Amino acid sequence: MENFLDWISENVEMVYIVVLSIFLGVEVIGRVPSVLHTPLMSGANAIHGVVIIGAIIVLGRVDPSNYTALIIGFLAVVLGTLNVVGGFVVTDRMLSMFRKKKKA
Amino acid sequence: MITSLLTICYLIGSITFILGLKMLGHPDTAKKGNLIAAGGMAIAIFGTIFLYRENGSSLHNYGWIFSALIVGSIVGTLAAKKVQMTAMPEMVSLFNGMGGACAMLISVLEWSHLHETAIVTEAIGDLPKLYIQSEQINHLQILIIVLAMVIGAVSFSGSMIAWGKLAGRVKDFTFKGQQYVNLLLLIVLVAYIAYFSYVTPSSVSDIPLNSVAVDETLINAVFTNFHSYLFYGIIALALVYGVMFVFPIGGADMPVVISLLNSFTGVAAACGGFLYDNPVMLTGGILVGAAGTLLTILMCKAMNRSLINVLLGAFGGSASASATAQTGGAYKEITLTDSAVLMTYAKKVMIVPGYGLAVAQAQHVCHEIEELLQEKGVEVKYAIHPVAGRMPGHMNVLLAEADVSYDKLLEMEQANEEFRTTDVVLILGANDVVNPAAKTDPASPIYGMPILEVELAKHVIVNKRSMKPGYAGIENGLFFEPKTSMLFGDAKGVLQKLVSEIKEL
Repeated sequence: MENFLDWISENVEMVYIVVLSIFLGVEVIGRVPSVLHTPLMSGANAIHGVVIIGAIIVLGRVDPSNYTALIIGFLAVVLGTLNVVGGFVVTDRMLSMFRKKKKA
Repeated sequence: MITSLLTICYLIGSITFILGLKMLGHPDTAKKGNLIAAGGMAIAIFGTIFLYRENGSSLHNYGWIFSALIVGSIVGTLAAKKVQMTAMPEMVSLFNGMGGACAMLISVLEWSHLHETAIVTEAIGDLPKLYIQSEQINHLQILIIVLAMVIGAVSFSGSMIAWGKLAGRVKDFTFKGQQYVNLLLLIVLVAYIAYFSYVTPSSVSDIPLNSVAVDETLINAVFTNFHSYLFYGIIALALVYGVMFVFPIGGADMPVVISLLNSFTGVAAACGGFLYDNPVMLTGGILVGAAGTLLTILMCKAMNRSLINVLLGAFGGSASASATAQTGGAYKEITLTDSAVLMTYAKKVMIVPGYGLAVAQAQHVCHEIEELLQEKGVEVKYAIHPVAGRMPGHMNVLLAEADVSYDKLLEMEQANEEFRTTDVVLILGANDVVNPAAKTDPASPIYGMPILEVELAKHVIVNKRSMKPGYAGIENGLFFEPKTSMLFGDAKGVLQKLVSEIKEL
């Protein structure tokens, strides 16, 4: 218990970020027309691809002679990139359709 | 200096995510918002690659990192560009699964990284002193690693099943008592995680401090093999749980599940943020976690169902549906020519698209009909139910692909006001969203779900492939109404024929 409290006070900035981000996330979505739910979900999907940063850090500090770890890390970065790049490109494709018809 | 630069990169990243997500919420700014978030992501990624320092040393294995980035980018771009607009929900699910798997693998590596850095020796006089690097390893740290892994794994295997279901590769699979099996699995999983992070690492006092050197045995004293078996056991259990979690849920509920798994992956990413003290992972992850959860709830609300109800698969199965199925009655069919005449001489036609339109890829020919009718002086609009198709907004995306103008798409409330003055409603492969049982029959599983009140219009033409009930498995009384006529056939084929019929008039 004491450990836990210590940990909270040591990481209080992180805890602040978490709490505020939760409210922000709810607030940002709350006023979105349902028309945009699919692109929004897709965009959010791309944003959580930020997990790739963890993958890069992990791969970047693996001992270069440890091939198992290198391969796992490589896979993680590939998967993360798929999530990020695929996510943003798909969202962009969806949204360019909305755009096109606006001009017409 | 370098570290401050990285901090700035992360700050920019976090701000663009918030800004991007906000701009995605408005049709005019959505595209720009997406690009802004993508730009922020690129800054955060390249910042990490070049500026990240751990104990003063930079990252290495650049060859591996860049080839992984290139492979992922090429495959991701190709997949995203090639996919059919109708297959969009599957694609999102697939990409989401990739993110989950990524989080899972990070944890696996982090676990072995802990083994390498756990124990530090320091020679004090003749006696080597051993201690565990305390800020690196504590129960909370372990808990976060395990949580990221479990959430990532559930998200990964769940997304794969959701993808399989939407692509028609995986059939619904239910057995009696499945809910209890799933509940049991969840309890076991949670207990397992709690136990694991409680016993790992073994406390410092367990280590014989007179040991000679840091070797395998000593590492094993902290992380016994037993713990490693436990660790990989958790992955297996989490993967199984993900599969079991999605299996019983009906195909029509997949958007809800995908949205939920989407927020799961967000939380897994946020766990990574804690692990690496990384603010951009934290903001991005939590933002998506919170937004995704809310989106999930909004979707459930649109179907008037609770999240619990969806997750337990109560109405994906057939059990509850049979209770309310009133057997048929007489319905009448209408010929193509009659439909064409009816629509051409109407003042106002409202088109109600559903999943049938999406599977048949009929959005373009649908737009053609709209234009044809308009040339003949008919007012044509589309009534979009929030959960029509496989995802909220699915229909809007499809119709937008076919160049249907934005202001022709009416949301449910607007549409319901206009049905009264509508002459002909053309329903294209929608079923449950126009089922009057949602208003009239308290015993119906969809009772209370807001629907499009098409029965207010003068005529209703329903295009379906057969009289089979929709995804919810509920008979639709609308089809037996005197003002309803059925026009059987594949949406695309029927619409193409309608086009030529209308042209001849």
